[in-house]
Amino acid sequence: MRGLSSPMQIQLSHPARTVEIKGPKKVKELLRELDLVVEAHLVIKGDDLVTEDEMLYDGDQIEIRPVISGGN
Amino acid sequence: MNCTKCKTKAVIGLPRHNAAFCKVCFNGFVHDQVARAIKSEWMFGKDDRILVAVSGGKDSLALWDILLKLGYRADALYVNLGIGAYSEQSHAKVTKFAEAVSASHGVTLHLHTVEQEAGAGIKELAQLIHRPTCSTCGTIKRYQFNRVAIEQQYDVMATGHNLDDEAARLLGNVLHWQEEYLDKQGPSLPASVEGFAKKVKPLYRLSERELAAYAVLNRIDYIVEECPMAKGSKMLQYKEVLNRLETESPGTKQTFYWGFLEKQSRKQPVATTMTEKDRAVLHPCASCRQPTTAEVCSYCKMMARAKTHPVA
Repeated sequence: MRGLSSPMQIQLSHPARTVEIKGPKKVKELLRELDLVVEAHLVIKGDDLVTEDEMLYDGDQIEIRPVISGGN
Repeated sequence: MNCTKCKTKAVIGLPRHNAAFCKVCFNGFVHDQVARAIKSEWMFGKDDRILVAVSGGKDSLALWDILLKLGYRADALYVNLGIGAYSEQSHAKVTKFAEAVSASHGVTLHLHTVEQEAGAGIKELAQLIHRPTCSTCGTIKRYQFNRVAIEQQYDVMATGHNLDDEAARLLGNVLHWQEEYLDKQGPSLPASVEGFAKKVKPLYRLSERELAAYAVLNRIDYIVEECPMAKGSKMLQYKEVLNRLETESPGTKQTFYWGFLEKQSRKQPVATTMTEKDRAVLHPCASCRQPTTAEVCSYCKMMARAKTHPVA
């Protein structure tokens, strides 16, 4: 199990990869740092959706899920 | 951030509505938006049989889930496009969802496999007829959904097109001044001629992000990966631009698309004009009898080419 002092683990898609970012940080700050648009993503902590003002901490497992789809 | 309605902890903020919701109130919001869409556009009633076009993605599975929870009689059709692992995964997601809802709602899942009929997947077919893959996919899906809806005598066909899909399509049509397509951008298209099923888009009041949130909150297991054929598509580019605008000015997408619908409704009723236009130009395909403007429809031409030029 990761200690609380480990950075946040951020799972990203397109392409699938994991990045580590130091907390604490608000969701909207994290998205801004990664240059991701709020309207095109959901942020999931563990199994739960979190809002943009939620504070994320070192040791948190975060998925940033893109929501855009469709070709024609 | 707290829920606007019940003041408990919110799980999603909706800047375009200046609101935030907990899971229970968000589900209520989503169901209410779909119910309003169905009622205001005269889409269908509780006795109608609905065929939902499902792909394994969040929108179509959420639509099927919502319609069943609202008490509608909804079955589904899945078209397996033969895009390798992507189609295998999406097919598995659809089957899993259908099995889950079948226990409580007794639904039917229809299946069409492109490779079985054409002897090739969508990518090979597109190369064969020198058309973009997304456009070939659209032709096949539209044809098969209409065919099953007519053959199985469904009253209406429902697709998971959402606010983002419609706003992006409208932007594309306006940028290229494709005015002839604007009439068909409404959320409810009539069965204008014999052989055409009525088509509706009950999710047009909900954004792509809201539908993804609905799927996550309700544990709907959907395919998150983007279709490999759609990479770099114009639609994705339009959506990206609109989402940047939406983030800066919440409500941009709904103002754009709903504003368009409002303007259209002040003109002659779309259902009337579309029926008149369709009746003037459409007649049964010489091969399959589905309505077309040509002697033989584009689907039958494609299948004929696939059969005479088998893909290795």
